[in-house]
Amino acid sequence: MDAFLHQVFAGLATGGIYASLALALVMIYQATHLVNFAQGEMAMFCTYIAWSLMNAGMGYWPAFLLTVAFGFALGVAIERLVIRPVRHAPVLSTVVVFIALLVILNSVTGWIYSYTIKPFPSPFPASSFLGNRFMSPHELGSIGITFIVLALLYAFFRFTPLGLAMRAAAQNPESSRLVGIRVGWMLALGWGLASAIGAIAGMMIAPIVYLDPNMMGGILLYAFAAALLGGIDSPGGAVLGGFAMGVLENLLGAFVIGNELKLGVALVLIVGVLVVRPSGFFGKVHVTRV
Amino acid sequence: MKRLVPIAALLAAALASPAAVAQKKYDPGASDTEIKIGNTNPYSGPASAYGTIGKVIAAYFKMLNEQGGINGRKISFISYDDGYSPPKTVEMARKLVEQDQVLFLFQTLGTPPNTAIHKYMNMKKVPQLHVATGASKWNDPKNFPWTMGWQPNYHTEGEIYAKHILQTKPNAKIGVLYQNDDYGKDLLKGLKDGLGAKAAGMIVKEASYEVSDPTVDSQIIQLQGSGADVFVNITTPKFAAQAVRKVYDIGWKPVHYLNNVGSSVGSVLVPAGLEKAVGVITTEYLKDFTDSRWANDPAVKTWAAFMKKYYPEGDLADRSNMYGYTAAKTLEQVLRQAGDNLTRTNIIKQAASMKGYRVDTLLPGISMTTSDDDFAPIEAVQLERFNGKQFELFGEVMGK
Amino acid sequence: MTKKNFLVSIIFLLVVCALPFLVSDYRLFQLTLVLVYAIALLGLNMLTGYNGQISLGHGAFYAIGAYCAAILMDKYGVPYWATIPLAGIVCLVAGFLFGLPALRLEGLYLALATFALGVSLPQLLKYHHLEKWTGGVQGIVIAKPDAPAVFAQAGLPLSADHWLYYFTLAVTITMFVLGRNLLRGRVGRAMLAIRDNPIAAQAMGVDNALYKSLTFGVSAMYTGVAGALGAIAVQFVAPDSFNIFLSLAFLVGIVVGGLASIPGAIYGALFIQFVPNIADSISKAAPWAIFGVFMLVFVYVLPAGVAGAVQMALSRVRRNPRRVVP
Repeated sequence: MDAFLHQVFAGLATGGIYASLALALVMIYQATHLVNFAQGEMAMFCTYIAWSLMNAGMGYWPAFLLTVAFGFALGVAIERLVIRPVRHAPVLSTVVVFIALLVILNSVTGWIYSYTIKPFPSPFPASSFLGNRFMSPHELGSIGITFIVLALLYAFFRFTPLGLAMRAAAQNPESSRLVGIRVGWMLALGWGLASAIGAIAGMMIAPIVYLDPNMMGGILLYAFAAALLGGIDSPGGAVLGGFAMGVLENLLGAFVIGNELKLGVALVLIVGVLVVRPSGFFGKVHVTRV
Repeated sequence: MKRLVPIAALLAAALASPAAVAQKKYDPGASDTEIKIGNTNPYSGPASAYGTIGKVIAAYFKMLNEQGGINGRKISFISYDDGYSPPKTVEMARKLVEQDQVLFLFQTLGTPPNTAIHKYMNMKKVPQLHVATGASKWNDPKNFPWTMGWQPNYHTEGEIYAKHILQTKPNAKIGVLYQNDDYGKDLLKGLKDGLGAKAAGMIVKEASYEVSDPTVDSQIIQLQGSGADVFVNITTPKFAAQAVRKVYDIGWKPVHYLNNVGSSVGSVLVPAGLEKAVGVITTEYLKDFTDSRWANDPAVKTWAAFMKKYYPEGDLADRSNMYGYTAAKTLEQVLRQAGDNLTRTNIIKQAASMKGYRVDTLLPGISMTTSDDDFAPIEAVQLERFNGKQFELFGEVMGK
Repeated sequence: MTKKNFLVSIIFLLVVCALPFLVSDYRLFQLTLVLVYAIALLGLNMLTGYNGQISLGHGAFYAIGAYCAAILMDKYGVPYWATIPLAGIVCLVAGFLFGLPALRLEGLYLALATFALGVSLPQLLKYHHLEKWTGGVQGIVIAKPDAPAVFAQAGLPLSADHWLYYFTLAVTITMFVLGRNLLRGRVGRAMLAIRDNPIAAQAMGVDNALYKSLTFGVSAMYTGVAGALGAIAVQFVAPDSFNIFLSLAFLVGIVVGGLASIPGAIYGALFIQFVPNIADSISKAAPWAIFGVFMLVFVYVLPAGVAGAVQMALSRVRRNPRRVVP
């Protein structure tokens, strides 16, 4: 029983990692109806910026805030310069652009920073009164931050006029334009927010997995699975999906199928969810009129 | 016409005279002014962390060239990226041998890449020298006379841990964490072979992980849950750091053997937390720059100065940079020994005749020995234990 | 075919056949790989270019084909030429089976599902219960076939490299001719119709489900045949050879070469084979950054790829109004 509990808690900790990245993925999807394959690399790149700032002597929180701002700007820039030209092109073009961003960001980061792993500091104390037995303070803290971001997002979309405008622009661009909403900038804003969330995710993940250009590779797939499981257009669902994914992966790996098939689990989950219930557990079911 | 015959005879006599024995002999890639050496390294892709080895070797040869080269010849070090992908390695190896016409390949990196070109190199009779992998199969001069390893192989390392466990804790329950690839499996096999018939009884849990896994926390918990009191940790730096940290955090206190690849103080133990690594045992053959006991060692200081001048973007805490430097120095010795006889046959011959040669960045007591049936230059390692600040050697040098 | 086209094809064929005697063995090896990639790209192009189903995991089928050939040759002693059709059949079935659940997935979702396939395959290849066949992480080493003795006896000694090139060439030409007939005919039009407007196609009587699954299967078969040929050329298969970057390289190939275009497969193959070597001399870590930049350039500036650009240039030269996109 002890081992089981232990795996569950470890799964929640890893799940926290997936949840934070899944939140960024869902954010992009809600704003633009696109699946951003480059989300992981964008988050990783922002985390390196934070590392550079801290290496140059800046304190943790100032670097954190500056990086979030940088992430926001990066997202807006990518939307305006890279995504905008292909918004009317077929889906394949968008996919190709995402893949291109993925490989460019990965290569450039490796070229600038080299591939040696670097430790990344955590704002949370190294040990707490609860002890590190089940979860380290950092892991608890990151889960906390993910929930805070989730709550802020919820409040933003639900209670602010800007959030309402963004939701309108994603759902019905033509009518939104008629009402005076600048749809183009709403999309850019969506990208900026998603990128900023990704930067936060990256800075929470790096202390656990250590910083290197390939750190998001494995995580991205699990984050996708998590986002699909919870509902690609439901932020709360994505977070829950992340935790579910982490716990499931750990329990299956420890007690059922062994550690060698974990990626296979992600594959089966992704295909299974997409085929059986594409909207996930908490997403809205879309009905297309023919 | 009649006069030509005596002249021809004279010339023949002159050429056949003893002075001609010291004549220069070249195979493709060698000349009076240069020696061309080929290499493939993963500069891109998932294994690109090891690409620094190719860079530090290139930097070392650059320094040698500035100092006049070897026996008056400059080294042309031609290194191509293979992205750790065997088909690419085959292509690049063929380019180096057939198009660039290098004299030999040196420190090609990775077991799958080297396996892919193993047969080809031996068929073409081009030395595949000092391969940068610890797999045990490179020491096979009877079947593959043109391939030679360099570092202590993983299998031997596993055997050494097994021997130590049998000596100190014969009733141990062993849990193993290993990377699910050729390196991890080779070390695990060495451990099992070293334990012999007792392996099945002593190893209570084997947990593997993939390089793409975010953390190994789940595996560590599985290992603790198996009741193991000895932990053999076969991981690369990133996962080694995670493992060391997690073992401490969950309050598990096994006898912790950490493999050489993942035992650098600077890039593994510091991120994990030095206090969490107390008692960790590893084997070592190189001097670790980040271990404070070498702070005043002249060889290490020379290395640091070399890095600063010729490879400033290289990370001093990265053990691979010490590794590549030591390998390059080994080759320097082989080439010096070869002198003016720069044929491929002679290169292998010289590499196979090292008798206790020492590079000063190796641990004291460790040297390189090769012979016609021993193509493993470094086979000796030393066990050491971490005391919270440094590693302390204990026991004797193990291996040959 | 017009008389002029026929003449051009014959000259092209003669040049291609004479190549082994004009270039070094190493270049020939590279050209053999170009042919292999061309078959794989034609397969992917069928699925993505002609039929609009995005696949980011076609490396998986290449891997299955390669392992088929390796296991058959190594464990069962099957002659190398027989492994090609066998690998093709296995991948046809595998592709069809994957195409069935894929029927319900559109655009980005299918891309995501195939991305997951591409990422998870290397781990599946290493699975220890399959090790006795796949060789696990150590992979399988296979022997390169020698040229049949009849050539040496006829006074035309062919090296193993030469023979492999001709063998690959023969398979490539066969696959391309078959593919051309398929794509230019009724089936090809149905595929294009499904890509451009699935609802209208269905309304016109095209069985979407059947065509889409079959296209997946045939596309996988092509890529599997390419994988088998590739394994024989490289003489080694290991899980590390087939990671997600292989699938992404195929994507780059069809985008750069030209979607929904048969010659596009060849342009794309030349690109993915030779550009990394050029990129290597610019910067050591750069190859993928350069791929990425090329991808962006082609998407923005030349969406019809090199094939489209070539056709545009030719039509300008001929001053003949020709359709650029089928």
